[in-house]
Amino acid sequence: MADNALFEFLHMEIVAHVYKEQATREDIDKERVTCVSTLELMGFRVGQGLIERFTKDCPTFKDDLDIMKFLCKDLWSTIFKKQIDNLRTNHQGTYVLQDNKFALLTQFSSGKQYLEEAPKYLAFSCGLIRGALSNLGLESVVTAEVSLMPSCKFQVVIQKL
Amino acid sequence: MLVSCCYEIPIFLSKKKNFKTYIARFNSELFTLTYGALVTQLCKDYENDEEVNKQLDKMGYNIGVRLIEDFLARSSVGRCHDFRETADVIAKVAFKMYLGVTPSVTNWSPAGDEFSLILESNPLVDFVELPDNHSNLVYSSLLCGVLRGALEMVQMAVDVRFAQDTLRGDSVTEIRMKFIKRIEENLPAGDE
Repeated sequence: MADNALFEFLHMEIVAHVYKEQATREDIDKERVTCVSTLELMGFRVGQGLIERFTKDCPTFKDDLDIMKFLCKDLWSTIFKKQIDNLRTNHQGTYVLQDNKFALLTQFSSGKQYLEEAPKYLAFSCGLIRGALSNLGLESVVTAEVSLMPSCKFQVVIQKL
Repeated sequence: MLVSCCYEIPIFLSKKKNFKTYIARFNSELFTLTYGALVTQLCKDYENDEEVNKQLDKMGYNIGVRLIEDFLARSSVGRCHDFRETADVIAKVAFKMYLGVTPSVTNWSPAGDEFSLILESNPLVDFVELPDNHSNLVYSSLLCGVLRGALEMVQMAVDVRFAQDTLRGDSVTEIRMKFIKRIEENLPAGDE
């Protein structure tokens, strides 16, 4: 079974690669948007895959909140070795997940340094959350916000069909 | 823009049975799945398998030059005295630590500068099948780059390639490593 360090190194290299690739192509304006969506899509597929593997021992979820709690406790622990520190909701389909020491950001800084680089390293994780929720039956829009590294907040808005 | 939320839901630690094995099973798949997503993306970006192999190798190299520091910090291995010792450390310590498998070291060349790592199972290829139009794809090329990059940081220039690959119909996965030369200390190796 693969060590977490390997995943973290792979993730960093994937982000670097996607941005390097886009920089060599003509469309500089679209550069940032395309990179983020490429990373987000990769994360989405991985998130879906993780939940697929899990279905063997799948407990039944009572409601959306139950699914979100599962995401914050069990899923987050297996992927990032810790639980989400804080979960908030407005009971109308919006959830805010706060991780005070997000595993993929701890290597960068604690504070404001490199803040503008942070979104690149969060795109994959946003996709991961969206993919996992998608296979658990919830369509969502996931965005992330960082104001002080390595703490970050993921905002999940459940889409009612 | 964050919506201001009124309620805060407290999270309690899960008391699920077999929680640790549950976590461990998930964890192995995160890397495998991410790697799969990467290869899929590269196949979309590049026209031919050779290019994809090259990119995977390059990315592996960039990972390897950093991974070696993590490895040296976490394992307590000292300097290797010869290539045989290096082979043992790679198989029994490094592969075990990062991929949870221990390949066997065999097929030494008479000069002692080339050997094979035989993997009964390759964690990168769990649940992977190569489609027919990608017969030249060396799926696990990343590994070659990682080994090459890591060893370069400890002053060894090596050539690494896959001699056998279960994805392409062989019974085992065989990585062939050849020692080329010792690198001088003062040559900085940057990212490719």
